[in-house]
Amino acid sequence: MARIMAGPPGEPRRVAYLYLLPAFVVYAAFLLYPIGRAVQISLYDWDGLSLGTWAGLDNYLAIVADEGLRASFVHALVLMVFYAGVPLVIGLGLAAILNHAKVRGLGFFRTVVFLPQVIAMVVVAVAWRRVYAPDGSLNGLLGALGLDSLTRGWLGDYTFALPAVGVVGTWFETGLVTVLLLAGMSRIPLELYEAARLDGAGPLREFFAVTLPSVRGEIAVALTLTVIAALRTFDLVYVTTRGGPGESTSVPSYEVYHRAFGLGQVGSAAAIGVTLTVIIFVISFAINRFADRRIS
Amino acid sequence: MISRGERLANYVILSVFAVFALYPVVVILAAALGPADSGGTAGLANFAAAWEIGRFGSYLRTSLAVSAFTVVVSVVLSVMSGYAFGTMRFRGQSALFYLFMLGIMMPSEAVAVPLYFDLRSLGLIDTFWSISLPQVAMSVAFGTFWMRAYFRASNRAIVEAARIDGASSWRILWQVLLPPARPAVVTLTVLVFMWTWNEFLIPLIMVTSESLRTAPLGLAFFQGQYTSGFTLLAAGSVIVALPVVVFYLFLQRHFVRGLLQGAVRD
Repeated sequence: MARIMAGPPGEPRRVAYLYLLPAFVVYAAFLLYPIGRAVQISLYDWDGLSLGTWAGLDNYLAIVADEGLRASFVHALVLMVFYAGVPLVIGLGLAAILNHAKVRGLGFFRTVVFLPQVIAMVVVAVAWRRVYAPDGSLNGLLGALGLDSLTRGWLGDYTFALPAVGVVGTWFETGLVTVLLLAGMSRIPLELYEAARLDGAGPLREFFAVTLPSVRGEIAVALTLTVIAALRTFDLVYVTTRGGPGESTSVPSYEVYHRAFGLGQVGSAAAIGVTLTVIIFVISFAINRFADRRIS
Repeated sequence: MISRGERLANYVILSVFAVFALYPVVVILAAALGPADSGGTAGLANFAAAWEIGRFGSYLRTSLAVSAFTVVVSVVLSVMSGYAFGTMRFRGQSALFYLFMLGIMMPSEAVAVPLYFDLRSLGLIDTFWSISLPQVAMSVAFGTFWMRAYFRASNRAIVEAARIDGASSWRILWQVLLPPARPAVVTLTVLVFMWTWNEFLIPLIMVTSESLRTAPLGLAFFQGQYTSGFTLLAAGSVIVALPVVVFYLFLQRHFVRGLLQGAVRD
């Protein structure tokens, strides 16, 4: 038993390589090799047809220097607020309510709020396009409330298109975050709450002193999932706005596609893809390191 | 302990949120089942019309074939690699495992671009394989992680007993370890099915011929081309979303468990 706890489990076995081989071949051919190729292509100016010319780090420097490219990363930051920040706040509230009060219909509520996660993003985009359309139900609602002055074609508006896309992200991620936090909160021992109450803590102090610290791990997972989802927004933008109007909703993933297959700037597209990969690695590593340190 | 007012407030908050979550779904369902805006059809006839005009039959066939292939191959490969990582000891084990872990986080948009150009020079673009195999690779990364966690926690005494009885490692995997692993395999299966069915970028890049369009891709094109009204678009959306939603309603536990345990592939 002690031996198993100390080292990796199992008997030393060469046959392990045979079991790994098929998975590794597919994985290496269709993920590892292409990411290596992406790094290579990112160092060239290449239109995808003729011979590329060496560009060094120019494609990477352009991500900082080129205004349009920089804007796409800023848009991704804005989307993070909608995909990760807002769902976290709403999710903490909803989960605290559901955990605290013995609510009837909890199963039904969980089924409903989690549903967006399983619907194809293209379908989600079609639905929200309809809601945001000039003759759609959002404007209908505003009209009914006597707020006609606020009505507009939301996805065609320079100011509101990006927040409108962001709200879809909020809609999509809040259920996931809520269910995740609820699972964490239901594991908090009741004695902790009783002790807090004996100390005279009200509901609010109870939340910050007991609930919040106990679900740090769940918060880290929720942030990792939602921040990465925000960074990788593609389907939604492709179907709803194609980066427009102007470039007001362009995001890094869409730029990768647009540059590689629309503008013939394959080197630049590869550089954005590689940068995105590095950012995703760093973020998930950092969030989880942070959560680990705070727990220990 | 909780006042009636507080309880009422809680129900109001939860109801408001449930309505927000369901609203876009209701918009689609109502439009799909309502009278067609071009007149003519209503209710279920809209689905028949979308099926004909939007060619969703062909798209669903492609999606079904791609999903079936991706699920079967990636689950079998993941069970084998997870078995090796979870129950055996070998040189380079942790390095290889971390290599697989990288794949869980690797965004498909970064690899899809070089893949397109390399597959194009191999003449493999616009084929069944160009849609399926990249998705097998992404799913195998997660599947290896998932099955390894299961096999690590599995009962070692049974394995030892089977070994002493002279069972080969192959027989131990399929006849001793796998039967009790059914819940873990089901979770992996529904996740890979959902990811593959809903995937958009890979088919968008790899496919040019209409006969190879998957369901979400077909819907996106249909939306671009068919501009006379929303009814058929809504009906098409229901057709595309329905298979995964039905699975979700029956196997909800597996979806929730899988997606909550850090499944980063979108």
